[in-house]
Amino acid sequence: MIGYLSSLPGADNPLLWILGVPLGAAGFLAVLRDWRVATWVNVAASAITFGASLLLLRLRPPPNKLLFIDDFNIYLVLLTTFVGMTTAVFSAAYIARETASERLSELHLRFYHSMYQAFLFTMLLALTANNTGVMWVAVESATLTTVLMVSLYRTREAIEAAWKYFILCSVGIGLALFGTTLVYLAAQPVMGDGAEAMAWTMMIKQAHAFQPDLMNLAFVFVLVGYGTKVGLAPLHSWLPDAHAEGPTPISAVLSGLLLNVALYALLRFKMLISANENALTPGPLLVMMGLSSLFLAAFMLYRRGDIKRLFAYSSIEHMGVITFAFGMGGALANFAGLMHMTMHSLTKSAIFFAVGIISQNAGTKRIADIRGLTSSHPVLGWGFVLAVLAIAGMPPMGVFMSEFLVVSSTFARQPLLAIPLVLGLLLAFGALASRLQMMAFGEPTKPVHAHARASTLSSILALTPLWVHMLLVLVAGLYLPRELVEWFQAVAGILG
Amino acid sequence: MAISQISYELAHLIGATVLMAGFQLLYQRRLFAVLNTFAFQAVALAAAAAWQAHIQDAPHLYVTAVIALVFKAMIVPFALHWLVEKLGIQRSVETAMSIGWTMMAGVGLVALSILLVLPVTANAAALTRESLALAMSVVLLGLLMMITRRNAVSQVVGFMALENGLILAAVSAKGMPLVVEISIAFSVLVAMTLFGIFFFRIRERFDTLDLHDLETWRGDRQ
Repeated sequence: MIGYLSSLPGADNPLLWILGVPLGAAGFLAVLRDWRVATWVNVAASAITFGASLLLLRLRPPPNKLLFIDDFNIYLVLLTTFVGMTTAVFSAAYIARETASERLSELHLRFYHSMYQAFLFTMLLALTANNTGVMWVAVESATLTTVLMVSLYRTREAIEAAWKYFILCSVGIGLALFGTTLVYLAAQPVMGDGAEAMAWTMMIKQAHAFQPDLMNLAFVFVLVGYGTKVGLAPLHSWLPDAHAEGPTPISAVLSGLLLNVALYALLRFKMLISANENALTPGPLLVMMGLSSLFLAAFMLYRRGDIKRLFAYSSIEHMGVITFAFGMGGALANFAGLMHMTMHSLTKSAIFFAVGIISQNAGTKRIADIRGLTSSHPVLGWGFVLAVLAIAGMPPMGVFMSEFLVVSSTFARQPLLAIPLVLGLLLAFGALASRLQMMAFGEPTKPVHAHARASTLSSILALTPLWVHMLLVLVAGLYLPRELVEWFQAVAGILG
Repeated sequence: MAISQISYELAHLIGATVLMAGFQLLYQRRLFAVLNTFAFQAVALAAAAAWQAHIQDAPHLYVTAVIALVFKAMIVPFALHWLVEKLGIQRSVETAMSIGWTMMAGVGLVALSILLVLPVTANAAALTRESLALAMSVVLLGLLMMITRRNAVSQVVGFMALENGLILAAVSAKGMPLVVEISIAFSVLVAMTLFGIFFFRIRERFDTLDLHDLETWRGDRQ
């Protein structure tokens, strides 16, 4: 314990700010009584964290026993802090409108804001941890904070969703811990005892000499464990409920960020096992789970009546596509997977921003009761249309680009696998397009409540993050800066 | 590794006790009996951790032992005991499979983990090998218990039994760092979630849920 304290970053290290600000803010928000101030403290803390993560581009700290930054996690840190910031802005507007309808008490709000920052902290710790054990503790704490936030509304459905989430994901991370212990045992003969034996930067250099049989067993546990958290079929059943019953800003960060973090953990272990020639090849396992998630979600999309569940299944679909891409491996498919991770994260959180306002306006989450959004709320409605078309994979948006890359790299190497992939994507497209048409066009339904009382400021606040995300996704679809492409290529190289 | 025969035997004896408690959990029908058996398993786990601390000369594992003893063998069973009484569900018995089949499945899982773990750990120290097989059996039995029970309290106990297996594996892996931190993280997870979900739920059950029922009832009549 004492040994670890000395490896904490110093004041000139951006990592101190990236981890310290959310942690401090979580503590401060827990005692702050006024929720109006709290929403702004939340936004400010997230913005400072994002600013600090931008510094990482210039000033990359050297790895130590506890934390490290490399080409792979730096981009996820940036993405996480960025979406964390925009979601905090959206959350400020969402909460203002939510309190107008008096669903949340002051205590609940204090708890919510504190947990939001704690959640950001745990995700950032998981991403920057240079130690499998610390990473595991961080993912586990991220589960804890989100379970508590999913149950925030205290309705029967919310409690049940939180319960299911807690049970399934706790078992999942429990199995991941067993896998982590097995990896340590596989590494022990070469790495020796002590903290160094669980450090990524040390392990990856020696991974070729780990005991292959133990690594195989370990990877199965890690795949099932962290795979549950990614929401891969058939371990996905917590995901739609947890997304549907919690507050919408939480759905946005769950889908956009937490799934990525879990996948990141899985990929780190994949790198270790790939480095070992005598161990199993992880690719086919990931391809299989990816495809099964894609298909299951694509079919389930047709039968959804709840707008948040619809997009939760769409997240399962896209995590399936991303896992598939990383399972294929190779420079191009990895590049596509990384890009799709980014695009999905931006687009899906934008969709949940829109869905949050839509369901507040309509007073319901039932798709059948939502009609004619483009004529009743043009700015919101068209933003929503754009975001859903993007997630369904329409050109010229960024999601189309990354899906196109996944498909074309698969065609180049395993043409037979490309057939189910394309089929699954088309199925999902059909489902989303038909739902979108129902909700966006036609005779509008009358807004039920809260809407009239929401101020113009909060409406602008609620819509800005949506449009900012969509703009980024659009730009990424049309033009990727050269530096970004080179960076993605470098990471794709590391992933093997 | 220079370990005397006696410390080796004793480590296995304690590990096997944890496993035996895992089997007992499978066939307990009453909730109070489930809680008592779980407390017994936690005591055995504490002993296992303390013994490993002694033979590995790793004093930090004593902390893990104390956590297991105080939190899992005392606080959690007492809290759940109180909860079961408050909810008035002492008498409920819920199993999805018959006890005979559950026990058979349990035996199958133990055989599976031995067959799986022993061949792949051929190079590891004997102490670690067999402890790992025991630990994996405990994990799988906990999982089985979670599957066969429908009651929320016994599911939590199943989860914590699974977690006992994980901690047993972690303390048996010689020199594994962060074991203490991991066991603390687990305890916080269980405690916070129980607090967050259960206790609020009870409060609501007594304060508002009756009213809520009344409202739905009226709505249905119309």
